[in-house]
Amino acid sequence: MKPFTYQRADDVASAVAAAATTPGAVYLGGGTNLVDLMRQNIERPAALVDISRLPARIEIGTDGRLRIPAAATNTDVAADPVVRRDFRIIAEAIVNGASGQIRNMATVGGNLMQRTRCLYFYDAGAHCNKREPGSGCDAVDGHNRMHAVLGASPHCMATHPSDLAVALAALDARVHLAGPAGQRTVELRDLHRLPGDTPHVEHTLEPGELITTVSVPAPPAEARSAYRKVRERASYAFALVSVAALLEVRDGTVVSARLALGGVAAKPWRAASAEAVLTGAPATRASFERAADVALADARPLTHNGFKIPLMRRVIVSTLEELS
Amino acid sequence: MNADPVVGRAVPRRDGPAKVSGAAAFTAEVPVEGTAHAKLVCSTVAAGEITGIDLTEARSAPGVVAIMTHHNAPAMRIAPLLITLRGASFTRAPVMQDARIRWNGQPVAIVVAETPEQADHAASLVRVSYALAEARLVFDDLKAGAPQPDHVQGEAPAVMIGDAEAALRAADTRVDQVYRTPWHTHCAIEPHATTVAWHDDRSLTMWDATQAITHSQATLAEVFSLDLENIRVVSQFVGGAFGNKMMWSHQILCAAAARLAQRPVRLVLSRSDVFRVTGGRTRTEQRVALGARADGTLTALIHEATTTTGISDGFAEQCTFPARVLYGADTFGIDQRVVELHTPANSSMRAPGESVGSFALECAIDELAEQLDVDPLDLRTRFEPAAHPTTGKPFSARHLLEAYRLGAERFGWAERSSAPRSRRDGPWWIGQGVATATYPYTRMPGGRASVTVSADGHATVRTAAHEMGMGTATVQAQYAADHLGLPLDRVHFEYGDSRHPAAVPAGGSAQTVSIIASVVAATRALTAELLRLTSSDSPLAGAGTDDVELRDGGIYLRDGGAGQSWPDILRRAGRDELTGEGAASPPTETAQHAMHSFGVQFCEVRVHDVTGEVRVSRWLGMFDTGRIINPRTATSQFRGAIVMGIGSALSEETIFDERTGRVLNATLAEYHVPVHADIPPIEVAWLGHPDPLAPMAGKGVGEVGMVGVAAAVANAVYNATGRRIRDLPITPDKVLGL
Ligand SMILES: Cc1cc2nc3c(=O)[nH]c(=O)nc-3n(C[C@H](O)[C@H](O)[C@H](O)COP(=O)(O)OP(=O)(O)OC[C@H]3O[C@@H](n4cnc5c(N)ncnc54)[C@H](O)[C@@H]3O)c2cc1C
Ligand code: SF4
Repeated sequence: MKPFTYQRADDVASAVAAAATTPGAVYLGGGTNLVDLMRQNIERPAALVDISRLPARIEIGTDGRLRIPAAATNTDVAADPVVRRDFRIIAEAIVNGASGQIRNMATVGGNLMQRTRCLYFYDAGAHCNKREPGSGCDAVDGHNRMHAVLGASPHCMATHPSDLAVALAALDARVHLAGPAGQRTVELRDLHRLPGDTPHVEHTLEPGELITTVSVPAPPAEARSAYRKVRERASYAFALVSVAALLEVRDGTVVSARLALGGVAAKPWRAASAEAVLTGAPATRASFERAADVALADARPLTHNGFKIPLMRRVIVSTLEELS
Repeated sequence: MNADPVVGRAVPRRDGPAKVSGAAAFTAEVPVEGTAHAKLVCSTVAAGEITGIDLTEARSAPGVVAIMTHHNAPAMRIAPLLITLRGASFTRAPVMQDARIRWNGQPVAIVVAETPEQADHAASLVRVSYALAEARLVFDDLKAGAPQPDHVQGEAPAVMIGDAEAALRAADTRVDQVYRTPWHTHCAIEPHATTVAWHDDRSLTMWDATQAITHSQATLAEVFSLDLENIRVVSQFVGGAFGNKMMWSHQILCAAAARLAQRPVRLVLSRSDVFRVTGGRTRTEQRVALGARADGTLTALIHEATTTTGISDGFAEQCTFPARVLYGADTFGIDQRVVELHTPANSSMRAPGESVGSFALECAIDELAEQLDVDPLDLRTRFEPAAHPTTGKPFSARHLLEAYRLGAERFGWAERSSAPRSRRDGPWWIGQGVATATYPYTRMPGGRASVTVSADGHATVRTAAHEMGMGTATVQAQYAADHLGLPLDRVHFEYGDSRHPAAVPAGGSAQTVSIIASVVAATRALTAELLRLTSSDSPLAGAGTDDVELRDGGIYLRDGGAGQSWPDILRRAGRDELTGEGAASPPTETAQHAMHSFGVQFCEVRVHDVTGEVRVSRWLGMFDTGRIINPRTATSQFRGAIVMGIGSALSEETIFDERTGRVLNATLAEYHVPVHADIPPIEVAWLGHPDPLAPMAGKGVGEVGMVGVAAAVANAVYNATGRRIRDLPITPDKVLGL
């Protein structure tokens, strides 16, 4: 680990100011990802601005949206009574991730901004375009079982590992930012970027920008929702694949559908084309299979992750069936 | 003897309160004044030569005390192999003596600094360049024509009885399959840690997380040309070992660095160092072929295993051992091969050989049962041998059929549906599986112990043994209390220090019986000493050790005769205490007899119809390991082994990049040991029939519990889904056939 300085911010303004004025500063949430990466010398920040003590009250805003401060811990969000009642898949996604201890430390901002788990990214000795632009990608012909089947490029095929982000993508969440240039809001589904030929550019935050809040509109009252995650061990493992789905069915017809896929791309993958197929279609297995096929039409397997495509198809279909 | 014995009672662990309260100091926490901290720099290539090491930046980093590379390392001899019983190493690779790289992860420099963080940072600034040589890394390309090792744990690598291939060809029913298991890493929760303080040029103390104190002491003596008595090795608590806390390069490097730095040095391996610097369990490829008659008896039993070692290593995983012991057959074709690779060393990992070997054998038996349309447990009873099937020796004790019967009753095996894919609960397919377990009894030669009795009526047993969490201190105090005829709370057991009489390594499930044998010898010596001290007016005057018995805190003539308490003897002789020391008798019990532990594993699994996820829902292990000294600690050993077996069945796999030989998932986040949610209630039971030839009539319990576990799971997955997975771990994609 490289030596670094540390300061703690008490409010958003001082956090942004500290990050802007301290060379090489990065924000520190719970540190469950950042500190690991610093220990491996993958991240080598000169300074940390600790934002984990920023106000973290979860509430429903005047506009009816759920407002989750970025510094709220994953545990607190998953335990929040309103979240559990009206935004169930957020809680489900969280408790299906990491471990109790990690969730106690991990913040919502940190969860969305966590780095990929690509094994080569984690190994300073390996070639990795994300870590060192232009150095190559050892995963292409290497061990790529956990890698992306959607939206990948020859330069990088890493996945984004967050479960929470998948649920938030399905719920049309927004991310509120504060930075040196002021405040702005982005759709969660636009927060992360696909690798293209710049896999080191992972998100749309400007330098020094801080996620302050995540806001979520109330889901349609009639919609049923579920978060499904597949992994070989029952807990404490990243998703092989995961699905967040909302489905509204009236008189046997799908009124609205939202589908986000996890473990398959560098971002939570909102399957808009599948949603279009579903909307207005009869709520039958055949429709769900068609939707799954459409969602995965552009999926491309690598050497070791081909199973993800049929597995994802099975999970999409069964989740939708369960919700109909 | 105690009239009311404590052996057999579920006495709580003596180390429990200290561990639960955090008071137990593990090796990385032992305070040693003036300690500097070390960090290893390890190679990132698998084979070749170091062409340059640039230390400029590292040397000027804050807090750096010393840096050692092969340029300034002292001359060090090669550490003796564990198998020689003179050391505890798995490799003969020299430690930092040359520029040669033998595996990816080999230490190439050790950096010593004032704090662990400074050492860590400075280590990241060491720049090493390499000239690459072609590395042997791709098992599948190298396995053809792999040579036989000289021996497999001292046994012949091959056993050929009759013409097994011909018998197989002629058999009415045949199974002939290949099974594969991946590399495994032990993952003890405490990473390896060591601290070395030199007192002068010729003497040192090493605090080490080890399961081989005496053999580490001997290793340091050999490596650094020191006298044994000038080396002290201390290891009070060890946070799990599973066969991996033996002698590796890091202890040797820590000692050499401490000499270079001229002050005590502590080295705690990072988790990734544990994966890359120390060894693991070899991957295996195993062919099992069975030929059977219509009545199910075996005409041919073929088990051919190919395993790997690192370069210059000396450990061939004994995969074929279960096939040599378990079943009778007309012919046997047993053969082991070893491929040398540029990887970390293959080392002993809980039930080395037997665990992964039984996966192949016990799955094949299940496949044969399926073909013959016979219950797999019933089929096993048909090849129960009268004597050891490949050596012909009589078994000292073998009650496997009873274990099958009682285990089946308790598990409810009869209610199992033999047709695969026939039971379902919602989206979950339900299946049940069974497999046999066996593990050899060993008692390693060389253990010693002392017993000291004091005038206040207490006794202390001392031996350089190990407590890695299995309950050594507790069960040995129980045994000694009964043997000395004292209440348990008056018996102390001191271990973990090479100043105590030498002990055997805690391995091969052999420590408990080995210590018992040395306590027997020490007690005998003590008794003789005490008798010598008695005065001429004592009722014991003139009595020999065979004429007396120890009970009620004293020595008495046999059969209820008169005697004296030892405080009385000591006081009259003007002594505060008296010590007897002895060496365990040579392990001759295995000369004429086959001695093995046995068991049978039953399990139920649920397999998700959509996702292929496998969850174990029920477990019963029924064991035949002789007498049990402490049901509480024994249960914990069996249960822990079953948990480890479930990990190997469903999730554990150390992933190597075959291009670079690098372990990729060298963290607990990515190497998946089971978590609580993976483990169902585990029922453990045993027969408890004494083994007449074993000291205390008991056999080891640490490893047999892991044997058969992966096979039982795989067989249950077959029963649940109709899919045979012959390639561990059994992941959702394999279950679904994707
Ligand atoms: C063993 C293990 C298993 C795991 N399993 C799962 C899993 O199954 N599913 C899952 O979803 N996650 C999993 N995780 C990941 C875990 O959820 C993340 O580590 C955690 O959510 C990160 O949050 P943090 O607050 O600790 O972030 P930190 O480690 O503090 O920060 C992570 C990154 O976010 C940046 N950051 C933090 N806060 C902000 C902010 N407000 N604005 C802008 N940038 C910010 C930091 O600069 C840093 O780059 C696992 C982690 C581990 C170690
Ligand atoms: S997949 Fe991406 S993160 Fe992984 S090695 Fe390639 S470039 Fe790096």
